[in-house]
Amino acid sequence: MTGPAFLVEWDPAWETYDAEEVRPYAITGGRTRPQHSMRLVTLLKAEETARVQGVGPESARAVELCRDQPRSVAEIAARLGLPVQATKIVLSDLIDCGALVIALPGPGVSDHLQVLEALRSGLEARLSDVA
Amino acid sequence: MSPDRGGATESGTGVPAPSPVKIIVSGGFGVGKTTMIGAVSEIGPLITEERLTVVSDGIDSLTGVEGKTTTTVALDFGRLTFDQQQMVLYLFGTPGQDRFWFTWDDLTYGAVGAVVLVDTRRLPDSFGPIGYFEQRGTPLVVAVNEFADAPHRYTPAEVRQALDIPGHVPVVRCDARDPRSAVTVLLTLVDHALTHQRRAEQQSHCIAPGASA
Repeated sequence: MTGPAFLVEWDPAWETYDAEEVRPYAITGGRTRPQHSMRLVTLLKAEETARVQGVGPESARAVELCRDQPRSVAEIAARLGLPVQATKIVLSDLIDCGALVIALPGPGVSDHLQVLEALRSGLEARLSDVA
Repeated sequence: MSPDRGGATESGTGVPAPSPVKIIVSGGFGVGKTTMIGAVSEIGPLITEERLTVVSDGIDSLTGVEGKTTTTVALDFGRLTFDQQQMVLYLFGTPGQDRFWFTWDDLTYGAVGAVVLVDTRRLPDSFGPIGYFEQRGTPLVVAVNEFADAPHRYTPAEVRQALDIPGHVPVVRCDARDPRSAVTVLLTLVDHALTHQRRAEQQSHCIAPGASA
């Protein structure tokens, strides 16, 4: 694993590597901590004007994943096949360059009791769906 | 599927994101956590890698390594979207390795509650998870997964007694493969969390949630 670790700029040759063989530290440029604080269920969405040129394949794919609907950090990590921590660093960079934003929920449910009640009604509806 | 939102979906920035919530599915190795998550998830169970803190359980060989270390574990999870409620529920399974004890604090932070699955053939496996969530004050439900080949069906009361489960913790039976059964367990958990929350709010409006001993 020497080649990919030294790549610092986008290089189309990258695409010829099997993604599984690229170590996470290569993708994150050796960094271990993201700038933005995110949790497993933090949702991200792509800015409509987000362009995915000039970034690595993981970044491009992360933006595509967040285009049609907000996606959680956990789901993006799983779909990219990257550890959560490395994914957070990739996502953090995409937030910095304006391609992604952290999707904050609407004002509808604010306190914990309301959250639980909404969850309850959602599950009840699901229960009648699977009946 | 959500006709009530009308034209609000035209502009990307105008659409409020759903509220993400999570429930933890825990229990011993091979007890059916992934099965239960798969039974209710709208996406095939996904797996990712997360770093968790590991504490030696005393028998094993972290001798000389004081206290804690971190390791990367596989974490599986599923998703349920409730359009009407603008909510998305994530179910996370706790890692099933039985040689180490993981601290799930990061995983559990902010969770609505936890389901601890129990296999009556291996009751001791559930002590750790039940104790963990109890101690943290995380609302939990104990769900006895009824394996078809189990030699004997225990009643929830017998399981409660055997595991010394406090009276306020619901103990139910389930079939982790069955979506209806799995959703029913989740509903039991949310009802329990609601009771817990209402009581906490009645007792005091000043004390922060989760601060009680």
